[in-house]
Amino acid sequence: MASTPPSRRRFLALSGLTALSASLTAACGGGEPGAGRAAGGKVTLAWWNIATTEPGKSLFPQISSAFTAAHPQITIKTTSLENEAFKSKLTASTSAGRLPDVFQTWGGGVLRQQVDAGLVEDLTDAFGWSSDLTPVSLQAYQFGGRTYAVPYDVGMVGFWYNKKLFARAGITAPPATWAEFLEDVGKLKAAGVTPIALAGKEKWPGHFYWAYLAMRVAGLPALQQAATTKDFTSAGFVRAGAHLKELVDLRPFQTGFLGAGYSTPGGQAATMGNGKAAMELMGQWGPSVQVDAGADLGADLGFFPFPAVDGGTGQVTEVLGGGGGFALRKGAPKEALDFLKFFVLDNESKLLASNGYLPVVKGAESRIADANRKAVADSLVRATGFQLFLDQAYPPAVGQEINDSVADLIAGKRTPEQVTESITEAAQGA
Amino acid sequence: MPSPVSTLTEERTQDTPPARPPAPARSFLRGVRSWASVAWFLVPALVLFLVFVLAPIAVAVHTGFFKWGGAGPMEDFVGFENYARLFGDEVFLGDLERGLYLIALSLTVQLPLALFTAALLNRRLRGRAVYRMLFFAPYVLSEVVTAVLFTMILLPGDGMADQLAGRLGLEGLQGRWLADPSTVLPTLFVVMTWKYFGFHMMLFLAGLQSIPGEVLEAAAIDGANAWQRFRSVTLPLLGPTIRISVFLSVIGAIQLFDLVWVMTAGGPNHSSETMAISMFQFGFKRYQVGYASAISVVLFMISLVFSLFYQRYVLRRDLSGAVTTGGAR
Repeated sequence: MASTPPSRRRFLALSGLTALSASLTAACGGGEPGAGRAAGGKVTLAWWNIATTEPGKSLFPQISSAFTAAHPQITIKTTSLENEAFKSKLTASTSAGRLPDVFQTWGGGVLRQQVDAGLVEDLTDAFGWSSDLTPVSLQAYQFGGRTYAVPYDVGMVGFWYNKKLFARAGITAPPATWAEFLEDVGKLKAAGVTPIALAGKEKWPGHFYWAYLAMRVAGLPALQQAATTKDFTSAGFVRAGAHLKELVDLRPFQTGFLGAGYSTPGGQAATMGNGKAAMELMGQWGPSVQVDAGADLGADLGFFPFPAVDGGTGQVTEVLGGGGGFALRKGAPKEALDFLKFFVLDNESKLLASNGYLPVVKGAESRIADANRKAVADSLVRATGFQLFLDQAYPPAVGQEINDSVADLIAGKRTPEQVTESITEAAQGA
Repeated sequence: MPSPVSTLTEERTQDTPPARPPAPARSFLRGVRSWASVAWFLVPALVLFLVFVLAPIAVAVHTGFFKWGGAGPMEDFVGFENYARLFGDEVFLGDLERGLYLIALSLTVQLPLALFTAALLNRRLRGRAVYRMLFFAPYVLSEVVTAVLFTMILLPGDGMADQLAGRLGLEGLQGRWLADPSTVLPTLFVVMTWKYFGFHMMLFLAGLQSIPGEVLEAAAIDGANAWQRFRSVTLPLLGPTIRISVFLSVIGAIQLFDLVWVMTAGGPNHSSETMAISMFQFGFKRYQVGYASAISVVLFMISLVFSLFYQRYVLRRDLSGAVTTGGAR
């Protein structure tokens, strides 16, 4: 992102918004049609979100009804769907070329495809208040310097670990390098502790390892470059795979991990929450899913960033993550963006207090009470680089191939070279 | 017509015309009317069939010729490239192989088991109604419920399957059921059998009860022992039921999806993937809608060709008047 002084951008944005909100307040003021607005300017917004579980399940409707109460001429028709159902439904709507006015997006390759198909509104000019948000939170939705969605949540992946089990294995401090990490895995095994919980059935948790190793060894620019040259066969990526193989060869995962789900009974989160494994590599949602599927580790739970790799170009402060945002359909009513501003800025404290989302507004991280969420938020604030989850950053065909071939590597069915070859093949075919 | 019988019928036909009102205009009108009422009853079903069956098939065939990511206009016409890629894809060829494996197991294990149970439960047996209900009950559950249930049973460590294996001294199997490429397919087959053998058992029971007791009694009087009675009387008379049962089994195995999707999602490493799962992966995970459509077309063609051939050559006697017999009776 170009670093123009925020004050100026903010001023421009504010002036634009005051023009907009003037008409709005006029409209709801005396019930008379405002200047420049047609009589009876009723607006209906179709809003698709994925808030089917708490806290969003009760918070999202609260926010939308607060908004419509303040703007009676606007009606919001909400559709809440579970993640996978949402993706299927949105795929179908995308194919038909008819998207809802406001819809959940994770950015990256999927959003890019929708943008390229001319289905998504370019928000850049109307979205001056983006300067109030952390740059990291916006990155997943920006292509070629244009912004296509408003984030409401951002997080990152790191190691969640069980302090008690680490202590039992005689490990005093979390590992800072990959070599130390492998050593600690050995110590945990020697102490009779399963070092790592992994959901082999779902594949995406496994892709975090390869993605982070690629970031640490080959570096962020290499990952971005590979996306454009469609060539993942460089030595850095092969070495990333080789490092992952070093870990796999230690057999660090729980029994039957290849068939294990993530949040299902007996899956990765339950194994971790029930204290049957010492760590998991997971996003900021990790602790809440542990509580849901297993038990609350409480003060025994700690967080450390993915270790650095000796001889690699990447920094330990570069993070792999992602979040949630809302994009607008091309030609959606301009009130939709007002709604998003209300949602993100005016309700930031509610989103934070709900314990389900991490802040996208600058400076909000200092208000987090929970130690683990604070650790994640602090890492994000200090991040010197950000990479969106690879299975979302790249076109879906490439992302899924990364998941698939890394899963094969973890199962011992593919070599590091074969992984890079099949990802390259998918990238060139996509 | 020399025979007295036909004379009789001739006389009869001669008798009938006066009884029938001869007005040709009215009968024409009646013909139109009956056609109109047939059409009236047919239209709703026909419209639904067109919109929800034929049209989607046509769309899938059309989409299968394009390279299309699901968004934007469909422009990249690639002809049969998707199909060429399909038959060079290890996973898809594996899908076919796994399909055949499941069909073979169904026919050699599941159906004989169902037949055996049906034969047992067809005898006078205390509490046979209870047994019948118990064996049939799993069929009533949805595939997803079955899958979730067995996921719990097969959990590594705490699951019932592991506990049982431990007691039986089969420690080698512990934690592997769904987690090992070599055990996952047999495990899934056991679950499929648990769910579906009761249904086939019910079919066989119905078939067994339609066999007249006199025939078996006659065979017994002729000195046939139990096995001979079963082999030479029961089995041939059960033919139509067995043929239908085989048909349903094969089609079910070809289209297997829900159970596998929930239990393994096709893994580990594609070792339990079916055609329907590959189709879903490419269509809804990789957004390669053109390629996924090609898979669905192949899946459809396999089912269609199998059904037509099976009906034409195997079910011929059971389905007089069907399309595949040219309407012959």
